[in-house]
Amino acid sequence: MDNNNQSASIQSLLAHGARPNPINAVTASLIFGWRALLKIKHVPEQLFDVTAFPIMFTLLFTYMFGGAIAGSTEEYLQFLLPGILAQTVTMITMYTGVAVNNDIRKGVFVRFRSLPVWQPSVLVGALLGDAARYTIASSIVISLGMILGFKPEGGFIGVFLAVALLLVFSFSLSWIWTSIGFIARSQESLFFLSFVVLFPLTFASNIFVDPETMPSWLEAFVSANPVTWLVTAMRGLMHGAPEVEGIGIVLIISATLVGIFGPITMFLFRNKK
Amino acid sequence: MNKIPLAIETENITRFFKDVKAVNGISLKIERGGVYGILGPNGAGKTTLIRMLATLLNPTSGSGKVMGYDIVTEKETIRRLVSLTGQFASVDEDLTGLENLLLLAKLLGYTGKNAKKRALELLSGFGLSDAAKRQVKTYSGGMRRRLDIAASIVVRPALIFLDEPTTGLDPRSRNQVWDIIRSLVADGTTVLLTTQYLDEADQLAEKIAVIDHGKVIAEGTPSQLKASVGSNVLRLNVNDASQIEKARQIITQKINLDVQTNSDPYLLTVQTENVSAATNLITEITSAGIEISRFSLGQPSLDEVFLALTGKPVEENNEE
Repeated sequence: MDNNNQSASIQSLLAHGARPNPINAVTASLIFGWRALLKIKHVPEQLFDVTAFPIMFTLLFTYMFGGAIAGSTEEYLQFLLPGILAQTVTMITMYTGVAVNNDIRKGVFVRFRSLPVWQPSVLVGALLGDAARYTIASSIVISLGMILGFKPEGGFIGVFLAVALLLVFSFSLSWIWTSIGFIARSQESLFFLSFVVLFPLTFASNIFVDPETMPSWLEAFVSANPVTWLVTAMRGLMHGAPEVEGIGIVLIISATLVGIFGPITMFLFRNKK
Repeated sequence: MNKIPLAIETENITRFFKDVKAVNGISLKIERGGVYGILGPNGAGKTTLIRMLATLLNPTSGSGKVMGYDIVTEKETIRRLVSLTGQFASVDEDLTGLENLLLLAKLLGYTGKNAKKRALELLSGFGLSDAAKRQVKTYSGGMRRRLDIAASIVVRPALIFLDEPTTGLDPRSRNQVWDIIRSLVADGTTVLLTTQYLDEADQLAEKIAVIDHGKVIAEGTPSQLKASVGSNVLRLNVNDASQIEKARQIITQKINLDVQTNSDPYLLTVQTENVSAATNLITEITSAGIEISRFSLGQPSLDEVFLALTGKPVEENNEE
Protein backbone atom coordinates (compact mmCIF):
# COMPACT_ATOMS: atom_id res chain seq x y z
CA MET A 1 0.00 0.00 0.00
CA ASP A 2 1.25 3.45 -0.86
CA ASN A 3 1.78 5.25 2.43
CA ASN A 4 1.13 8.76 1.20
CA ASN A 5 -2.08 7.64 -0.39
CA GLN A 6 -3.11 5.93 2.77
CA SER A 7 -2.44 8.98 4.92
CA ALA A 8 -4.36 11.17 2.51
CA SER A 9 -7.32 8.83 2.42
CA ILE A 10 -7.42 8.43 6.20
CA GLN A 11 -7.35 12.18 6.63
CA SER A 12 -10.22 12.55 4.21
CA LEU A 13 -12.10 9.95 6.25
CA LEU A 14 -11.61 12.04 9.36
CA ALA A 15 -12.61 15.26 7.65
CA HIS A 16 -16.00 13.70 6.99
CA GLY A 17 -18.90 16.05 7.82
CA ALA A 18 -20.94 16.64 10.94
CA ARG A 19 -21.51 14.02 13.54
CA PRO A 20 -24.95 12.38 13.27
CA ASN A 21 -27.44 12.68 16.11
CA PRO A 22 -27.31 10.11 18.90
CA ILE A 23 -29.88 7.32 18.66
CA ASN A 24 -32.59 6.47 21.18
CA ALA A 25 -32.90 3.32 23.30
CA VAL A 26 -35.39 1.57 21.02
CA THR A 27 -33.32 2.13 17.87
CA ALA A 28 -30.18 0.94 19.66
CA SER A 29 -31.94 -2.25 20.82
CA LEU A 30 -33.24 -2.93 17.31
CA ILE A 31 -29.75 -2.47 15.86
CA PHE A 32 -28.33 -4.97 18.33
CA GLY A 33 -31.24 -7.27 17.42
CA TRP A 34 -30.10 -6.97 13.81
CA ARG A 35 -26.63 -8.03 14.92
CA ALA A 36 -28.12 -11.19 16.47
CA LEU A 37 -29.89 -11.98 13.20
CA LEU A 38 -26.66 -11.48 11.24
CA LYS A 39 -25.02 -13.99 13.52
CA ILE A 40 -27.76 -16.51 12.74
CA LYS A 41 -27.09 -15.89 9.05
CA HIS A 42 -23.37 -16.61 9.45
CA VAL A 43 -23.65 -19.45 11.94
CA PRO A 44 -26.82 -21.27 10.88
CA GLU A 45 -25.83 -24.32 12.93
CA GLN A 46 -27.13 -22.48 15.97
CA LEU A 47 -30.62 -22.98 14.56
CA PHE A 48 -30.24 -26.72 15.10
CA ASP A 49 -31.47 -26.44 18.65
CA VAL A 50 -34.59 -24.55 17.62
CA THR A 51 -35.46 -26.99 14.85
CA ALA A 52 -34.28 -30.43 15.91
CA PHE A 53 -35.26 -30.22 19.59
CA PRO A 54 -38.89 -29.27 19.00
CA ILE A 55 -39.40 -31.99 16.39
CA MET A 56 -37.75 -34.60 18.57
CA PHE A 57 -39.67 -33.66 21.71
CA THR A 58 -43.05 -33.46 20.04
CA LEU A 59 -42.75 -36.79 18.27
CA LEU A 60 -41.15 -38.59 21.17
CA PHE A 61 -43.56 -37.56 23.88
CA THR A 62 -46.71 -37.77 21.78
CA TYR A 63 -46.09 -41.35 20.73
CA MET A 64 -44.36 -42.56 23.86
CA PHE A 65 -46.87 -41.30 26.43
CA GLY A 66 -49.99 -40.79 24.32
CA GLY A 67 -51.42 -44.29 24.53
CA ALA A 68 -50.51 -44.84 28.17
CA ILE A 69 -51.69 -41.53 29.55
CA ALA A 70 -54.71 -40.51 27.53
CA GLY A 71 -55.71 -43.67 25.75
CA SER A 72 -54.85 -42.33 22.29
CA THR A 73 -52.10 -40.21 20.85
CA GLU A 74 -54.54 -37.81 19.25
CA GLU A 75 -56.32 -37.20 22.52
CA TYR A 76 -53.02 -36.69 24.32
CA LEU A 77 -51.73 -34.30 21.69
CA GLN A 78 -54.51 -31.83 22.46
CA PHE A 79 -53.28 -31.76 26.06
CA LEU A 80 -49.55 -32.03 25.39
CA LEU A 81 -48.91 -29.63 22.54
CA PRO A 82 -49.23 -26.31 24.39
CA GLY A 83 -46.99 -27.76 27.08
CA ILE A 84 -44.36 -29.20 24.78
CA LEU A 85 -44.25 -25.82 23.03
CA ALA A 86 -43.62 -24.12 26.37
CA GLN A 87 -40.96 -26.67 27.27
CA THR A 88 -39.12 -26.37 23.96
CA VAL A 89 -38.89 -22.62 24.09
CA THR A 90 -38.10 -22.52 27.81
CA MET A 91 -35.24 -24.94 27.23
CA ILE A 92 -33.64 -22.89 24.45
CA THR A 93 -33.65 -19.67 26.48
CA MET A 94 -30.37 -20.88 27.97
CA TYR A 95 -28.58 -20.24 24.69
CA THR A 96 -28.91 -16.56 25.48
CA GLY A 97 -26.50 -17.14 28.33
CA VAL A 98 -24.14 -19.02 26.03
CA ALA A 99 -24.14 -16.09 23.58
CA VAL A 100 -23.41 -13.53 26.31
CA ASN A 101 -20.65 -15.70 27.69
CA ASN A 102 -19.09 -15.90 24.23
CA ASP A 103 -19.26 -12.16 23.68
CA ILE A 104 -17.43 -11.45 26.93
CA ARG A 105 -14.64 -13.80 26.00
CA LYS A 106 -14.14 -12.11 22.62
CA GLY A 107 -13.78 -8.57 23.95
CA VAL A 108 -16.40 -7.10 21.63
CA PHE A 109 -18.40 -5.93 24.67
CA VAL A 110 -15.60 -3.53 25.52
CA ARG A 111 -16.34 -1.53 22.41
CA PHE A 112 -20.11 -1.66 22.85
CA ARG A 113 -19.75 -0.44 26.41
CA SER A 114 -17.66 2.51 25.31
CA LEU A 115 -20.35 3.72 22.88
CA PRO A 116 -22.70 6.61 23.65
CA VAL A 117 -25.84 4.44 23.51
CA TRP A 118 -28.33 3.25 26.12
CA GLN A 119 -26.24 0.51 27.74
CA PRO A 120 -28.85 -2.24 28.25
CA SER A 121 -29.62 -2.10 24.51
CA VAL A 122 -26.76 -4.53 23.85
CA LEU A 123 -28.56 -7.18 25.86
CA VAL A 124 -32.11 -6.22 24.96
CA GLY A 125 -31.07 -6.47 21.31
CA ALA A 126 -29.57 -9.92 21.84
CA LEU A 127 -32.81 -11.00 23.49
CA LEU A 128 -34.86 -9.60 20.60
CA GLY A 129 -32.74 -11.70 18.26
CA ASP A 130 -33.52 -14.67 20.46
CA ALA A 131 -37.21 -13.90 20.22
CA ALA A 132 -36.81 -14.56 16.50
CA ARG A 133 -35.40 -17.97 17.34
CA TYR A 134 -38.25 -18.69 19.75
CA THR A 135 -40.72 -17.76 17.01
CA ILE A 136 -39.09 -20.20 14.60
CA ALA A 137 -39.20 -22.96 17.22
CA SER A 138 -42.86 -22.19 17.98
CA SER A 139 -43.89 -22.32 14.34
CA ILE A 140 -42.17 -25.67 13.92
CA VAL A 141 -43.88 -27.22 16.94
CA ILE A 142 -47.31 -25.88 15.99
CA SER A 143 -47.01 -26.92 12.33
CA LEU A 144 -45.88 -30.38 13.32
CA GLY A 145 -48.69 -30.59 15.87
CA MET A 146 -51.29 -29.65 13.23
CA ILE A 147 -49.95 -32.36 10.95
CA LEU A 148 -50.24 -34.90 13.75
CA GLY A 149 -53.81 -33.86 14.51
CA PHE A 150 -53.71 -30.96 16.95
CA LYS A 151 -57.00 -29.01 16.76
CA PRO A 152 -56.86 -25.69 18.62
CA GLU A 153 -60.41 -24.63 19.44
CA GLY A 154 -59.22 -21.10 20.12
CA GLY A 155 -58.40 -20.76 16.41
CA PHE A 156 -55.63 -18.72 14.95
CA ILE A 157 -56.08 -15.88 17.41
CA GLY A 158 -55.94 -18.22 20.39
CA VAL A 159 -52.73 -19.84 19.14
CA PHE A 160 -51.23 -16.45 18.30
CA LEU A 161 -51.94 -15.09 21.78
CA ALA A 162 -50.58 -18.23 23.42
CA VAL A 163 -47.31 -17.87 21.47
CA ALA A 164 -47.17 -14.16 22.32
CA LEU A 165 -47.52 -14.99 26.02
CA LEU A 166 -44.82 -17.62 25.68
CA LEU A 167 -42.48 -15.10 24.03
CA VAL A 168 -43.04 -12.60 26.84
CA PHE A 169 -42.30 -15.28 29.44
CA SER A 170 -39.18 -16.55 27.60
CA PHE A 171 -37.85 -13.03 27.07
CA SER A 172 -38.17 -12.48 30.82
CA LEU A 173 -36.68 -15.85 31.73
CA SER A 174 -33.71 -15.11 29.45
CA TRP A 175 -32.50 -12.44 31.86
CA ILE A 176 -31.61 -15.23 34.29
CA TRP A 177 -29.32 -16.65 31.62
CA THR A 178 -27.73 -13.31 30.79
CA SER A 179 -26.83 -12.94 34.49
CA ILE A 180 -25.43 -16.43 34.62
CA GLY A 181 -23.65 -15.86 31.30
CA PHE A 182 -21.60 -13.14 32.97
CA ILE A 183 -20.75 -15.23 36.01
CA ALA A 184 -20.13 -18.65 34.47
CA ARG A 185 -16.45 -19.42 34.03
CA SER A 186 -16.96 -21.66 31.05
CA GLN A 187 -19.65 -22.89 28.73
CA GLU A 188 -19.55 -26.29 30.41
CA SER A 189 -20.50 -24.86 33.77
CA LEU A 190 -23.22 -22.85 32.09
CA PHE A 191 -24.71 -25.96 30.50
CA PHE A 192 -24.58 -27.84 33.76
CA LEU A 193 -26.28 -25.03 35.65
CA SER A 194 -28.98 -24.64 33.06
CA PHE A 195 -29.92 -28.29 33.25
CA VAL A 196 -30.10 -28.12 37.02
CA VAL A 197 -32.57 -25.25 36.68
CA LEU A 198 -34.46 -26.21 33.54
CA PHE A 199 -35.10 -29.89 34.15
CA PRO A 200 -37.09 -29.49 37.37
CA LEU A 201 -38.77 -26.39 35.95
CA THR A 202 -40.07 -28.12 32.85
CA PHE A 203 -40.55 -31.73 33.99
CA ALA A 204 -41.97 -31.03 37.44
CA SER A 205 -44.87 -29.22 35.87
CA ASN A 206 -48.24 -29.94 34.32
CA ILE A 207 -46.75 -30.29 30.82
CA PHE A 208 -46.98 -34.08 30.59
CA VAL A 209 -49.54 -35.18 33.15
CA ASP A 210 -52.24 -33.82 35.40
CA PRO A 211 -50.57 -33.05 38.76
CA GLU A 212 -53.53 -34.52 40.70
CA THR A 213 -51.97 -37.99 40.71
CA MET A 214 -48.70 -36.76 42.21
CA PRO A 215 -47.74 -36.99 45.90
CA SER A 216 -48.75 -33.85 47.76
CA TRP A 217 -45.24 -32.40 48.20
CA LEU A 218 -44.61 -32.64 44.47
CA GLU A 219 -48.04 -31.32 43.67
CA ALA A 220 -47.29 -28.29 45.82
CA PHE A 221 -44.09 -27.65 43.87
CA VAL A 222 -45.81 -28.18 40.55
CA SER A 223 -48.63 -25.79 41.27
CA ALA A 224 -46.16 -23.11 42.36
CA ASN A 225 -43.98 -23.65 39.28
CA PRO A 226 -44.16 -20.67 36.90
CA VAL A 227 -44.06 -23.06 33.94
CA THR A 228 -47.29 -24.68 35.21
CA TRP A 229 -48.98 -21.27 35.24
CA LEU A 230 -47.67 -20.56 31.77
CA VAL A 231 -48.86 -23.88 30.36
CA THR A 232 -52.30 -23.56 31.94
CA ALA A 233 -52.69 -20.09 30.46
CA MET A 234 -51.50 -21.27 27.04
CA ARG A 235 -53.89 -24.24 27.05
CA GLY A 236 -56.72 -21.91 27.90
CA LEU A 237 -55.85 -19.59 25.03
CA MET A 238 -55.28 -22.33 22.47
CA HIS A 239 -58.44 -24.22 23.35
CA GLY A 240 -60.68 -21.18 23.44
CA ALA A 241 -61.16 -20.94 27.21
CA PRO A 242 -58.74 -18.22 28.35
CA GLU A 243 -58.45 -17.50 32.08
CA VAL A 244 -57.69 -13.86 32.60
CA GLU A 245 -56.41 -14.40 36.12
CA GLY A 246 -53.91 -17.07 35.05
CA ILE A 247 -52.63 -14.91 32.20
CA GLY A 248 -52.27 -12.02 34.63
CA ILE A 249 -50.17 -14.15 36.95
CA VAL A 250 -47.85 -15.19 34.10
CA LEU A 251 -47.38 -11.54 33.21
CA ILE A 252 -46.64 -10.67 36.84
CA ILE A 253 -44.09 -13.52 37.04
CA SER A 254 -42.47 -12.23 33.84
CA ALA A 255 -42.28 -8.66 35.11
CA THR A 256 -40.77 -9.93 38.37
CA LEU A 257 -38.09 -11.91 36.52
CA VAL A 258 -37.08 -8.84 34.51
CA GLY A 259 -37.29 -6.69 37.64
CA ILE A 260 -34.85 -8.92 39.50
CA PHE A 261 -32.51 -10.25 36.84
CA GLY A 262 -32.47 -7.19 34.58
CA PRO A 263 -30.69 -5.02 37.16
CA ILE A 264 -28.39 -7.91 38.19
CA THR A 265 -27.40 -8.43 34.56
CA MET A 266 -26.77 -4.73 34.05
CA PHE A 267 -24.71 -4.55 37.22
CA LEU A 268 -22.55 -7.42 35.99
CA PHE A 269 -22.36 -5.89 32.51
CA ARG A 270 -21.03 -2.60 33.87
CA ASN A 271 -18.62 -4.11 36.33
CA LYS A 272 -17.22 -7.05 34.45
CA LYS A 273 -13.50 -6.63 34.28
CA MET B 1 -5.36 33.19 28.29
CA ASN B 2 -5.88 29.67 27.09
CA LYS B 3 -8.96 28.13 28.62
CA ILE B 4 -9.25 24.99 26.48
CA PRO B 5 -9.18 22.09 28.91
CA LEU B 6 -6.45 19.49 28.75
CA ALA B 7 -7.12 16.26 26.87
CA ILE B 8 -6.57 14.24 30.02
CA GLU B 9 -6.02 15.25 33.59
CA THR B 10 -5.86 12.82 36.49
CA GLU B 11 -5.34 13.54 40.17
CA ASN B 12 -3.85 10.70 42.17
CA ILE B 13 -6.16 8.19 40.52
CA THR B 14 -6.23 4.61 41.84
CA ARG B 15 -7.98 1.35 41.11
CA PHE B 16 -7.68 -1.68 43.33
CA PHE B 17 -8.94 -5.18 42.58
CA LYS B 18 -9.18 -6.92 45.93
CA ASP B 19 -5.53 -6.79 47.08
CA VAL B 20 -4.07 -5.92 43.69
CA LYS B 21 -3.26 -2.24 43.34
CA ALA B 22 -3.57 -2.15 39.56
CA VAL B 23 -3.35 1.64 39.43
CA ASN B 24 -1.82 3.12 42.54
CA GLY B 25 -1.94 6.91 42.39
CA ILE B 26 -1.33 8.32 38.94
CA SER B 27 -1.43 12.05 38.21
CA LEU B 28 -1.13 13.06 34.58
CA LYS B 29 -1.63 16.22 32.58
CA ILE B 30 -1.89 15.48 28.88
CA GLU B 31 -2.12 18.31 26.33
CA ARG B 32 -4.37 18.16 23.31
CA GLY B 33 -2.94 17.05 20.00
CA GLY B 34 -0.21 14.55 19.30
CA VAL B 35 0.53 11.16 20.76
CA TYR B 36 1.06 10.58 24.45
CA GLY B 37 2.68 7.24 25.16
CA ILE B 38 2.23 5.09 28.24
CA LEU B 39 5.05 2.64 28.42
CA GLY B 40 5.15 -0.29 30.77
CA PRO B 41 5.41 -4.05 31.02
CA ASN B 42 2.49 -6.48 31.25
CA GLY B 43 0.57 -5.92 34.44
CA ALA B 44 1.87 -2.39 35.01
CA GLY B 45 -1.70 -1.03 35.05
CA LYS B 46 -1.89 0.40 31.52
CA THR B 47 -5.15 -1.25 30.54
CA THR B 48 -6.81 -0.48 33.88
CA LEU B 49 -5.84 3.18 33.50
CA ILE B 50 -7.22 3.33 29.95
CA ARG B 51 -10.47 1.66 31.01
CA MET B 52 -10.98 4.23 33.72
CA LEU B 53 -10.31 7.08 31.31
CA ALA B 54 -12.68 5.54 28.73
CA THR B 55 -15.36 5.45 31.50
CA LEU B 56 -15.61 1.66 31.56
CA LEU B 57 -14.35 1.39 35.10
CA ASN B 58 -14.73 3.72 38.08
CA PRO B 59 -11.62 4.67 40.03
CA THR B 60 -11.26 3.42 43.60
CA SER B 61 -10.10 6.90 44.59
CA GLY B 62 -8.76 10.06 43.02
CA SER B 63 -10.32 11.82 40.05
CA GLY B 64 -9.92 12.18 36.33
CA LYS B 65 -11.09 14.43 33.54
CA VAL B 66 -11.16 13.71 29.84
CA MET B 67 -11.56 16.72 27.53
CA GLY B 68 -12.61 18.63 30.63
CA TYR B 69 -15.37 16.20 31.68
CA ASP B 70 -15.40 14.08 34.80
CA ILE B 71 -14.89 10.35 34.19
CA VAL B 72 -17.40 9.36 36.86
CA THR B 73 -20.20 11.90 36.60
CA GLU B 74 -20.03 12.81 32.91
CA LYS B 75 -19.58 9.42 31.27
CA GLU B 76 -22.11 9.99 28.49
CA THR B 77 -20.45 13.20 27.32
CA ILE B 78 -17.03 11.60 27.31
CA ARG B 79 -18.29 8.61 25.33
CA ARG B 80 -19.40 10.99 22.59
CA LEU B 81 -15.91 12.45 22.33
CA VAL B 82 -13.58 9.48 22.61
CA SER B 83 -13.18 6.06 21.14
CA LEU B 84 -11.39 3.03 22.41
CA THR B 85 -9.45 0.36 20.59
CA GLY B 86 -8.96 -2.37 23.15
CA GLN B 87 -5.97 -4.59 23.58
CA PHE B 88 -7.76 -7.51 21.96
CA ALA B 89 -9.37 -6.59 18.69
CA SER B 90 -12.87 -5.56 19.74
CA VAL B 91 -14.69 -6.54 16.58
CA ASP B 92 -17.25 -9.28 16.07
CA GLU B 93 -15.51 -12.27 14.53
CA ASP B 94 -18.67 -13.89 13.22
CA LEU B 95 -19.65 -10.84 11.18
CA THR B 96 -17.99 -9.55 8.02
CA GLY B 97 -15.81 -6.44 8.03
CA LEU B 98 -18.58 -4.49 6.32
CA GLU B 99 -21.20 -5.64 8.83
CA ASN B 100 -18.98 -4.68 11.75
CA LEU B 101 -18.59 -1.13 10.47
CA LEU B 102 -22.27 -0.90 9.47
CA LEU B 103 -23.23 -1.94 12.99
CA LEU B 104 -21.11 0.82 14.51
CA ALA B 105 -22.14 3.42 11.96
CA LYS B 106 -25.80 2.71 12.76
CA LEU B 107 -25.20 2.75 16.50
CA LEU B 108 -23.51 6.11 16.14
CA GLY B 109 -26.49 7.58 14.33
CA TYR B 110 -25.89 7.05 10.61
CA THR B 111 -28.95 5.74 8.82
CA GLY B 112 -29.62 3.68 5.71
CA LYS B 113 -27.53 4.70 2.74
CA ASN B 114 -25.27 6.99 4.74
CA ALA B 115 -24.31 4.15 7.08
CA LYS B 116 -23.36 1.96 4.15
CA LYS B 117 -21.48 4.76 2.42
CA ARG B 118 -19.50 5.50 5.58
CA ALA B 119 -18.69 1.81 6.12
CA LEU B 120 -17.51 1.38 2.53
CA GLU B 121 -15.30 4.48 2.54
CA LEU B 122 -13.70 3.37 5.81
CA LEU B 123 -12.97 -0.07 4.38
CA SER B 124 -11.40 1.45 1.31
CA GLY B 125 -9.35 3.95 3.33
CA PHE B 126 -7.91 1.14 5.43
CA GLY B 127 -7.20 -1.13 2.48
CA LEU B 128 -9.89 -3.63 3.41
CA SER B 129 -12.27 -3.30 0.45
CA ASP B 130 -11.38 -6.74 -0.88
CA ALA B 131 -12.10 -8.35 2.46
CA ALA B 132 -15.33 -6.42 3.10
CA LYS B 133 -17.60 -9.42 2.68
CA ARG B 134 -15.47 -11.92 4.53
CA GLN B 135 -16.05 -12.91 8.14
CA VAL B 136 -13.52 -11.23 10.44
CA LYS B 137 -12.39 -14.60 11.78
CA THR B 138 -10.64 -15.15 8.43
CA TYR B 139 -8.66 -11.88 8.74
CA SER B 140 -4.96 -11.70 9.59
CA GLY B 141 -3.86 -9.95 12.79
CA GLY B 142 -2.93 -6.81 10.90
CA MET B 143 -6.24 -6.67 9.04
CA ARG B 144 -8.16 -7.08 12.29
CA ARG B 145 -6.22 -4.23 13.85
CA ARG B 146 -6.91 -1.96 10.89
CA LEU B 147 -10.61 -2.82 11.03
CA ASP B 148 -10.54 -2.15 14.75
CA ILE B 149 -9.04 1.29 14.26
CA ALA B 150 -11.43 2.01 11.38
CA ALA B 151 -14.25 1.12 13.79
CA SER B 152 -12.86 3.70 16.21
CA ILE B 153 -13.11 6.56 13.73
CA VAL B 154 -16.56 5.90 12.27
CA VAL B 155 -17.35 9.21 13.89
CA ARG B 156 -14.30 11.38 14.28
CA PRO B 157 -13.20 11.25 17.92
CA ALA B 158 -11.46 14.13 19.66
CA LEU B 159 -9.40 11.61 21.57
CA ILE B 160 -8.63 8.01 20.76
CA PHE B 161 -7.32 5.39 23.17
CA LEU B 162 -5.13 2.76 21.55
CA ASP B 163 -4.31 -0.04 23.96
CA GLU B 164 -1.21 -1.87 22.69
CA PRO B 165 -2.23 -1.51 19.05
CA THR B 166 0.77 -3.36 17.63
CA THR B 167 1.29 -6.15 20.14
CA GLY B 168 1.52 -9.39 18.20
CA LEU B 169 1.74 -7.81 14.74
CA ASP B 170 4.40 -8.53 12.15
CA PRO B 171 6.70 -5.60 11.25
CA ARG B 172 4.88 -4.72 8.06
CA SER B 173 1.47 -4.55 9.74
CA ARG B 174 3.04 -2.66 12.60
CA ASN B 175 4.33 -0.01 10.20
CA GLN B 176 0.89 0.30 8.66
CA VAL B 177 -0.64 0.87 12.08
CA TRP B 178 2.04 3.48 12.82
CA ASP B 179 1.18 5.31 9.60
CA ILE B 180 -2.48 5.26 10.51
CA ILE B 181 -1.68 6.72 13.93
CA ARG B 182 0.40 9.46 12.32
CA SER B 183 -2.49 10.36 10.01
CA LEU B 184 -4.85 10.58 12.97
CA VAL B 185 -2.49 12.96 14.69
CA ALA B 186 -1.91 15.04 11.56
CA ASP B 187 -5.63 15.65 11.57
CA GLY B 188 -5.60 16.99 15.10
CA THR B 189 -6.85 13.96 17.00
CA THR B 190 -5.23 13.34 20.37
CA VAL B 191 -3.95 9.79 20.74
CA LEU B 192 -3.27 8.05 24.02
CA LEU B 193 -1.17 5.02 23.21
CA THR B 194 -0.06 2.25 25.51
CA THR B 195 2.81 0.06 24.52
CA GLN B 196 5.43 -2.34 25.79
CA TYR B 197 7.97 -1.19 23.22
CA LEU B 198 10.26 1.75 23.77
CA ASP B 199 10.93 2.14 20.07
CA GLU B 200 7.20 2.39 19.36
CA ALA B 201 6.78 5.13 21.95
CA ASP B 202 9.93 6.74 20.57
CA GLN B 203 8.63 6.64 16.98
CA LEU B 204 5.21 8.05 17.71
CA ALA B 205 4.94 9.88 21.01
CA GLU B 206 5.87 13.43 21.88
CA LYS B 207 5.76 12.59 25.53
CA ILE B 208 5.99 9.33 27.42
CA ALA B 209 5.08 8.22 30.92
CA VAL B 210 6.76 5.04 32.09
CA ILE B 211 4.57 3.14 34.51
CA ASP B 212 5.29 0.22 36.75
CA HIS B 213 3.21 -1.34 39.53
CA GLY B 214 0.48 1.21 38.93
CA LYS B 215 2.72 4.24 39.36
CA VAL B 216 4.45 6.67 37.03
CA ILE B 217 8.16 6.14 37.48
CA ALA B 218 9.33 8.59 34.82
CA GLU B 219 7.82 11.09 32.45
CA GLY B 220 9.39 13.06 29.65
CA THR B 221 10.11 13.30 25.96
CA PRO B 222 11.57 10.20 24.31
CA SER B 223 14.98 11.85 24.13
CA GLN B 224 14.92 12.73 27.82
CA LEU B 225 14.06 9.16 28.70
CA LYS B 226 16.67 7.67 26.44
CA ALA B 227 19.26 10.08 27.75
CA SER B 228 18.63 8.70 31.21
CA VAL B 229 19.45 5.24 29.88
CA GLY B 230 22.06 6.09 27.29
CA SER B 231 21.03 6.38 23.71
CA ASN B 232 22.78 3.25 22.53
CA VAL B 233 23.35 -0.02 24.23
CA LEU B 234 26.07 -2.44 23.23
CA ARG B 235 25.35 -6.05 24.09
CA LEU B 236 28.29 -8.46 24.11
CA ASN B 237 28.13 -12.20 24.40
CA VAL B 238 31.39 -13.87 25.38
CA ASN B 239 32.25 -17.47 24.58
CA ASP B 240 33.54 -18.34 28.00
CA ALA B 241 31.61 -17.21 31.08
CA SER B 242 34.75 -17.23 33.22
CA GLN B 243 36.21 -14.43 31.10
CA ILE B 244 33.35 -12.08 31.76
CA GLU B 245 35.01 -10.57 34.82
CA LYS B 246 38.15 -9.85 32.83
CA ALA B 247 36.13 -8.18 30.10
CA ARG B 248 34.33 -6.09 32.66
CA GLN B 249 37.66 -4.86 34.09
CA ILE B 250 38.92 -3.86 30.67
CA ILE B 251 35.79 -1.88 29.97
CA THR B 252 35.56 -0.11 33.32
CA GLN B 253 39.30 0.60 33.70
CA LYS B 254 40.65 1.14 30.20
CA ILE B 255 37.62 2.68 28.56
CA ASN B 256 35.95 4.06 31.65
CA LEU B 257 32.38 2.99 30.93
CA ASP B 258 29.72 1.41 33.15
CA VAL B 259 28.97 -2.24 32.64
CA GLN B 260 25.80 -4.03 33.61
CA THR B 261 25.93 -7.74 34.10
CA ASN B 262 22.74 -9.71 33.70
CA SER B 263 21.17 -12.95 34.77
CA ASP B 264 22.71 -14.36 31.58
CA PRO B 265 26.30 -15.27 32.58
CA TYR B 266 27.60 -14.73 29.04
CA LEU B 267 26.12 -11.27 28.48
CA LEU B 268 27.53 -7.80 29.17
CA THR B 269 25.57 -4.64 28.54
CA VAL B 270 27.38 -1.32 28.05
CA GLN B 271 26.02 2.13 27.34
CA THR B 272 27.89 3.85 24.57
CA GLU B 273 27.29 7.09 22.75
CA ASN B 274 28.28 6.03 19.27
CA VAL B 275 29.47 3.39 16.91
CA SER B 276 33.17 4.27 17.08
CA ALA B 277 33.19 3.96 20.87
CA ALA B 278 31.59 0.58 20.47
CA THR B 279 34.12 -0.65 17.89
CA ASN B 280 36.99 0.56 20.09
CA LEU B 281 35.62 -1.41 22.94
CA ILE B 282 35.30 -4.58 20.88
CA THR B 283 38.86 -4.19 19.59
CA GLU B 284 40.20 -3.78 23.15
CA ILE B 285 38.42 -6.88 24.37
CA THR B 286 39.33 -9.15 21.48
CA SER B 287 42.98 -8.05 21.57
CA ALA B 288 43.05 -9.10 25.25
CA GLY B 289 42.23 -12.60 24.03
CA ILE B 290 38.58 -12.70 25.05
CA GLU B 291 36.42 -14.33 22.44
CA ILE B 292 33.15 -12.63 21.58
CA SER B 293 30.47 -14.88 20.15
CA ARG B 294 27.93 -12.17 19.33
CA PHE B 295 27.43 -8.46 19.71
CA SER B 296 24.74 -5.95 18.88
CA LEU B 297 24.34 -2.22 19.13
CA GLY B 298 20.91 -0.72 19.42
CA GLN B 299 18.31 1.20 21.33
CA PRO B 300 17.81 0.22 24.92
CA SER B 301 14.98 -2.25 25.38
CA LEU B 302 12.15 -1.69 27.80
CA ASP B 303 13.99 -3.96 30.21
CA GLU B 304 17.04 -1.75 30.10
CA VAL B 305 14.96 1.39 30.55
CA PHE B 306 13.42 -0.22 33.57
CA LEU B 307 16.73 -1.32 34.89
CA ALA B 308 18.04 2.22 34.54
CA LEU B 309 14.96 3.81 36.10
CA THR B 310 14.23 1.40 38.91
CA GLY B 311 17.47 -0.46 39.37
CA LYS B 312 15.44 -3.66 39.01
CA PRO B 313 14.60 -5.75 35.97
CA VAL B 314 10.99 -6.04 34.80
CA GLU B 315 9.02 -8.42 36.93
CA GLU B 316 6.88 -10.93 35.17
CA ASN B 317 3.36 -10.16 36.17
CA ASN B 318 0.53 -11.09 33.92
CA GLU B 319 -2.34 -9.82 35.97
CA GLU B 320 -3.86 -6.77 34.50
